[in-house]
Amino acid sequence: MIEVQNLSKHYGDKAAVNNISFTANDGEILGFLGPNGAGKSTTMNMLTGYISSTSGKALINGIDILEDPIKAKKNIGYLPELPPLYMDMTVKEYLNFIYDLKKCKLPRVSHLKDICGLVKIDHVYNRVIRNLSKGYRQRVGVAQALVGNPPVLILDEPTVGLDPKQIIEIRTLIKKLGKNHTVILSSHILSEVQAVCDKIIVINEGRIVADDTETNLSDKLIGSHILTAKIEGEYESVAKKVLAIEGVEVCRQVNENEGVIEYRIETEEGRDIRRELFNAMAENGTPILELRSAELSLEDIFLRLTIGEAPAAINGGEE
Amino acid sequence: MGAIFRREVQSYFISPIGYIFLAAFYAFSAFFFATSSLAQGSTKMNTMFSQLMIILVVLIPILTMRTMSEDKKSKTDQCLLTAPVSLGGIVAGKFLAALLVYTCAVAITVVYAVILSAYAEMDWLVIIGNIVGLELFGASFIAVGIFCSSLTENQVVAAVISFISILALNMLSLIGNLVPWNWLETVCTKLSFYERYSGFTYGLFDLSNVLFFISAIVVFLFLTVRVLEKRRWS
Repeated sequence: MIEVQNLSKHYGDKAAVNNISFTANDGEILGFLGPNGAGKSTTMNMLTGYISSTSGKALINGIDILEDPIKAKKNIGYLPELPPLYMDMTVKEYLNFIYDLKKCKLPRVSHLKDICGLVKIDHVYNRVIRNLSKGYRQRVGVAQALVGNPPVLILDEPTVGLDPKQIIEIRTLIKKLGKNHTVILSSHILSEVQAVCDKIIVINEGRIVADDTETNLSDKLIGSHILTAKIEGEYESVAKKVLAIEGVEVCRQVNENEGVIEYRIETEEGRDIRRELFNAMAENGTPILELRSAELSLEDIFLRLTIGEAPAAINGGEE
Repeated sequence: MGAIFRREVQSYFISPIGYIFLAAFYAFSAFFFATSSLAQGSTKMNTMFSQLMIILVVLIPILTMRTMSEDKKSKTDQCLLTAPVSLGGIVAGKFLAALLVYTCAVAITVVYAVILSAYAEMDWLVIIGNIVGLELFGASFIAVGIFCSSLTENQVVAAVISFISILALNMLSLIGNLVPWNWLETVCTKLSFYERYSGFTYGLFDLSNVLFFISAIVVFLFLTVRVLEKRRWS
């Protein structure tokens, strides 16, 4: 479990991280989302004791990282942005070094073997790290974080440099680990956070702009219900009928393709007009060819939150 | 600390640095030994010991240049500093590893002494004093080198800074001679590593010199810890 209270980091006048607070409970995967330079890595470096905070507290399993660093660090497995690998060692030597460094008590051979099996690096076990590809280096980095089976895992962009198949494997692994570890992972890839995390924190310019689960984020931001409909027929007659339905606030043309017009219909909150819309259009003789709710994808949410305004075009979430 | 010590020793011998250091030390010491003891037909080794000092000024920076700077550059310090190890443990592990390699180098002088003992009676106490002096002298330079290495992430810069610092610490007494104030001259002479080491080569085993080198080691390793600490807080 990780508790962060009003954590700040200043470099001179510049605040890299500004007064952030959050909690990650046991068995929870927390996603840290933000553009480059948002303060994700700085926050993670503070959590792991690599750098100190200017103010605020970070508690790892109830232990303050600044007050009792050695005890707190025993609970953390950390994968920094750039895996901290000694290029001149073999994977075997390196993992054994980490094992000794962490003063690990688990049975050495079987523990390291388990980890290598988990991240699938068994077949490069005796190779020198310098000669490994980026994807394998990244996996050795993940393996390094897992040595000692620490209850808290902090992974800074764990899937960078991996191919799509490996990305899926690592995501599955993280999900699996999330069941009995507290995991914090950072990413600027939204689909990744969407796929893996239970809870998402969006951070920008050192501040938390949103702290919630993914669905809650969508609800909060959309406010009014939005539908996207493709309807065949004249714009004027369709728009008139649609606006006549109770609760419809906006109806505008988004796109046109061979007589089929795509509309964006916004209604007041909590009102479902789909049946009424269907009946109205049926009466009007303008068939609905497609109808779906235009949920914001995390990309849109992200843009809204970090830039502070709605994106130019909102596409359907299920495309 | 143990893990770091083992890794560092290993890395000295994976990279060519360990071999270069040992080969250079053995070659120069053999040359000095041959010219000052064997060729002169003397069982005195103090000339060799005082000449070795000059070699150390060049060789120690090579030994220590990568200790801290490489970690910083390749970001492996993130793995050390986020592991449950104290900063003192990290620095001590690295220092002891360099010291071990250096001790392997100094050990060759024992071989020379044994060779000489085949020809004539040796003054063993003087020889032992010289070896201890050389060990302490080099160890304090290693501490200086590690400190310099922690200041930068560039190995070449680290080597150059260490070289200049070690040379300056040796030359303090010469610098002291140039200053017009007596008290400053005294201070410089007292702090000069060369003056302290010369005592050993004369065959004088002065406890204050031993304590001086040990203090120098402690001070520079402590400063290295402070540099690491400061980097976290900056």
